[in-house]
Amino acid sequence: MHSKKVSSDIPFYAAMWAAGGMYFILIIALLYADASYTSLENINEALNNKSIRASIWLTMQTCWITAVLSIIVAVPTGYILTRFKFPLKRFFDSIIDIPIVLPPLVIGLSLLILFNQVILFDQSIEELCAAALNSLRSILPNSPIFDLPTGVTYKVPAIILAQFTVSCAFAIRTMRNTFESLDPRQENVALTLGCNRSKAFWKVVLPQASFGIMTAGILAWARALGEFGPILVFAGATRGKTEVLATTVFLEISIGNLEGAVAVSFLMVSAALIVLIMVRLLGSKNRIW
Amino acid sequence: MVSLKNISIKLGEFALDHVSMEIPTSKYGVLMGSSGSGKTTILESICGLKKIRSGKIILNEIDVTNLRPGDRHLGYVPQEGVLFSTMTVKDQIAFGPIVRGWKKEDAFERAKELASSLEIEHLLSRKPLGLSGGESQRVALARALASRPNLICLDEPLSALDEDTRDKACSLIKRLHEKEGFTVLHITHSASEAEMMGELAFRISEGKVISA
Repeated sequence: MHSKKVSSDIPFYAAMWAAGGMYFILIIALLYADASYTSLENINEALNNKSIRASIWLTMQTCWITAVLSIIVAVPTGYILTRFKFPLKRFFDSIIDIPIVLPPLVIGLSLLILFNQVILFDQSIEELCAAALNSLRSILPNSPIFDLPTGVTYKVPAIILAQFTVSCAFAIRTMRNTFESLDPRQENVALTLGCNRSKAFWKVVLPQASFGIMTAGILAWARALGEFGPILVFAGATRGKTEVLATTVFLEISIGNLEGAVAVSFLMVSAALIVLIMVRLLGSKNRIW
Repeated sequence: MVSLKNISIKLGEFALDHVSMEIPTSKYGVLMGSSGSGKTTILESICGLKKIRSGKIILNEIDVTNLRPGDRHLGYVPQEGVLFSTMTVKDQIAFGPIVRGWKKEDAFERAKELASSLEIEHLLSRKPLGLSGGESQRVALARALASRPNLICLDEPLSALDEDTRDKACSLIKRLHEKEGFTVLHITHSASEAEMMGELAFRISEGKVISA
């Protein structure tokens, strides 16, 4: 009896490669467009511009602070979501994803309303933060806290908060995946060997999660670098004060300096590319990505 | 001696009621049963990793029912060994004693002694990645034995091994059991393994444990 001949795999492979290849080409075309529109001269000019240099410095500072804060919050949150059962866990899990799906401008607007319209103990959160900082200043008059601006909205802390609100959600997702990939029986073994939960976490879980933690930090950093909408609404775009690289691109476009905007964009693309390559390299070591 | 007195466990739809069994000190007990019969649940309850609803767990005359796993002073070898991937073999064997406050040199000395008994001395500086199934199981056994526990709980330790490796592991475990005199609760679904290893055999069926 003759059975039907197996048809060729070529159409299947062709369709797969065509779909994936088109998107790849689109991204490469975008990068090419940026690269072709700028020159080393433009980039040099941007790097020599005082306000752009200040913007690069502020971006680096805020992105690192955001990455560290995100890790501090993401590690325990990811661990709780992976290892423990508790009421409303799914609801809690979904709430954490909100910053990922919300339009960025809405996050900025929400932060603005939270700090300036929500009243606690007869004061807005903005006023409470200012009062807390003033109290710290009176206790520690010579500390570096003395140099920080009072308040949050339209100041540097607003940039960090806006970046953190979005970046942390990505870091939590990453840490959750990391902890899910670790066998919980390892902690059980550690418990029988004489550890309490805390010791098992620090001595057994955390060392194994180290690549995941680095990946979460790098992703949070990269996400913070690209943040614009919430910063624009909550921190403003004041040249030299609350200007980060994303706002620099916006400000340069608004004054008609397209070459400057593209040069800054190119710097951001380069930074993002380095970060993404680092994540992939860490991922290949970690074997979970 | 390990003694379970009328313990009841409920995990979702699964339940074990009034389970009792006893393994005298230094004896090798084997608990058999089909997959899903609750063998691992009993073992994890003895280790303190699963809560029991009622009953008592006695280890060497001490009621450990409400003690935390680390205070029960027993060793646990899960299926596939479950080694700590970031530690060398030497570090993970010495991990338990160090956590329990032994001097580091004593802990490492004990690690070397066990490695010699289990023929894994050549692996001491290696990390778990790349170890064979038999090697991983021997490392996991050494790790569980390092702080001289009263009871060793083995959860199907030989099920993933080929026949030759399994025979070798069996004779190593038996030799070590005779040398160190610890009590063993070994879980398996293999009757031949139970016959080969056990001085006392139990069978779990329909939520009840009976002497086999």
